[in-house]
Amino acid sequence: MLEIKNLHVDLEDEEKTILKGVDLSVEAGKVHAIMGPNGSGKSTLSYVLAGRDGYEVTEGSATLDGVDILDMDPEERAAAGLFLAFQYPVEIPGVGNMTFMRTAVNAQRKAKGLDEMSATDFLKLVREKAATLKMDNEMLKRPVNVGFSGGEKKRNEILQMAVLEPKMCILDETDSGLDVDAMKLVAEGVNALRNEGRGFLVITHYQRLLDHIKPDVVHIMSEGRIVKTGGPELALQVEREGYEDIKAEVA
Amino acid sequence: MALPQAKLDATEARLAVATRPSGAAWAGAARDGALARLRAQGLPHRRDEYWKFTNPDTLVQPEAPEAAAFDETDAPIFDAVERLKIVFVDGIFDADASDDLALEGVKLERLSDAAQSDIHWAKELYGVLEERGQDPVARPLAALNTALADDGVLIHVTGKASKPINLIYHHQSPRSDAMLHHVVKLDPGAEVTLLENGPAAARFNTVMEVEVADGAAFHHVRAQGRDHERRTATHLFARLGEESTFKTFTLTANGMLTRNECVVEMKGDNAAAHIAGACVGDGDFHHDDTVFVTHDAVNCESRQVFKKVLRNGARGVFQGKILVKPDAQKTDGYQISQSLLLDGDSEFDAKPELEIYADDVACSHGSTSGAIDEEGLFYLRARGVPKHIATDLLTLAFLAEAVDEIEDEVLRAELVNLLEGWLERRRG
Repeated sequence: MLEIKNLHVDLEDEEKTILKGVDLSVEAGKVHAIMGPNGSGKSTLSYVLAGRDGYEVTEGSATLDGVDILDMDPEERAAAGLFLAFQYPVEIPGVGNMTFMRTAVNAQRKAKGLDEMSATDFLKLVREKAATLKMDNEMLKRPVNVGFSGGEKKRNEILQMAVLEPKMCILDETDSGLDVDAMKLVAEGVNALRNEGRGFLVITHYQRLLDHIKPDVVHIMSEGRIVKTGGPELALQVEREGYEDIKAEVA
Repeated sequence: MALPQAKLDATEARLAVATRPSGAAWAGAARDGALARLRAQGLPHRRDEYWKFTNPDTLVQPEAPEAAAFDETDAPIFDAVERLKIVFVDGIFDADASDDLALEGVKLERLSDAAQSDIHWAKELYGVLEERGQDPVARPLAALNTALADDGVLIHVTGKASKPINLIYHHQSPRSDAMLHHVVKLDPGAEVTLLENGPAAARFNTVMEVEVADGAAFHHVRAQGRDHERRTATHLFARLGEESTFKTFTLTANGMLTRNECVVEMKGDNAAAHIAGACVGDGDFHHDDTVFVTHDAVNCESRQVFKKVLRNGARGVFQGKILVKPDAQKTDGYQISQSLLLDGDSEFDAKPELEIYADDVACSHGSTSGAIDEEGLFYLRARGVPKHIATDLLTLAFLAEAVDEIEDEVLRAELVNLLEGWLERRRG
């Protein structure tokens, strides 16, 4: 589903190379996890895939179902089925959460040649998904992420994911800033979306999120490359031994 | 101090092309007084401190500069509102297009009629609030208006007006030079909503004096749009009694020159004044909000909320002052002026001022100008919202704090529609 080949990425403003040849393939129905120390390039990878400004791809490719996504605008990538759950969801004062999600859903529908969803159908859909994430009406009415706690912001990300139903979900450090209960809630939300047609890429620093979202494949990223790939046991090894030992092992 | 010769000449040149309106003794006296004030002040000049950011030349010159009149095919504004319509075309009252000047809880008259009566309540207000507003800062264009305006509406609100009054302005002649002078008097406990819209004339100078008695409430919503080449100077003078409410909001779209002055005097305790505005402009758009709020009573609240969206070289100006007199304890004064610069060519000049002589007050002010929030833009786009729609959403969100100052939901929705239309028409 998501194919990343030999991806090299520089920061535009500085002469700095962040990704130095990433190879990664996420199949439909699978959950891949990327773990790695701070500064290894995990978040850069997620931003480059989502189409954020400020990065320059110098080599390599990334395709979604065989289609090159790197030349697309962020909104085109989203319409193609790519979703990034942000590490730091952005606060947007003055734009209501519902308005935001409805605009997004209808924009994506339009891009696919579908009619707009009616206000009633949309309300029903959001309420149903929000209930499973224990989000009340108040949170839906407020401006996007404004005044939300860390946990609420992450739940709002998962809500958007549930409403937009993307085929490839990238979760960037979704566990950061979450207590155990909030993490469980978020993980349940993600697990509810797991199905045969959908791929997941879960980026995390710690193993603990992977207790709740069980990965099929675990990759270790270091200094802009995937240095090791294995099964779920690899996450446990990281937890036990830390990144330094693994880096030493593959060096 | 003697005026500079250039100023004297400009003032006399302007007066030379003017016709002094006829009227009864009280009106004549008020106009003579205004003329004397004007001659003492001289018309504004671009080197005047108060006109530092806005060149008044086209407002001052004897003849109105030409302004193309827009073919009015747009859906008219405020149509969703049940209201009493009073129509002026190029500053001239249009009886056929207007409703009868009759409304429950209100007495309405044209200034040109009232000025002929020997005795009239307007004597206590016409040019009076304007004159009070001349100190400490001269507003010569307002004095000019009091001296020369021969029409306008006198509105005496005796109770709760049964529906809003809508002053509708049309611009037809490319060189029309209009002056209107309105007076609104609200009796104690009275309430009225006044709506104004339309481009009025190639050049438009208007004064509105509003006396809000104890416990009365005045709501004012104004939409200045369409004809881009128009030049406009508006003056709103208000005096507030105890526990009264004064709320004014102005939406401005387009306009080569708009100067909206608002001068509020809080004379009664526990009164509230909210002065807000949102504007959107492109290219040679120039918009100036000049506000002066004087707190002269205890425990009054004032808010100034101004937001400007500028692009493609457009220019925005805000001069806002809160003056708190020594006895105006427990004053709550708030002032914010912000601009959203959609490109690097636009400019926003802000001059916020606080002058406080009481010791138990809470006053705050803030002024910012910035670009569209790139993080917010990317977040919206990452959810599939195309860039132009995301930009519009963020732009409307930026304006929301000002627009939300309009209490009435229907009126607010009308103005938001107007803004959305404007943004949509300008999508790149």
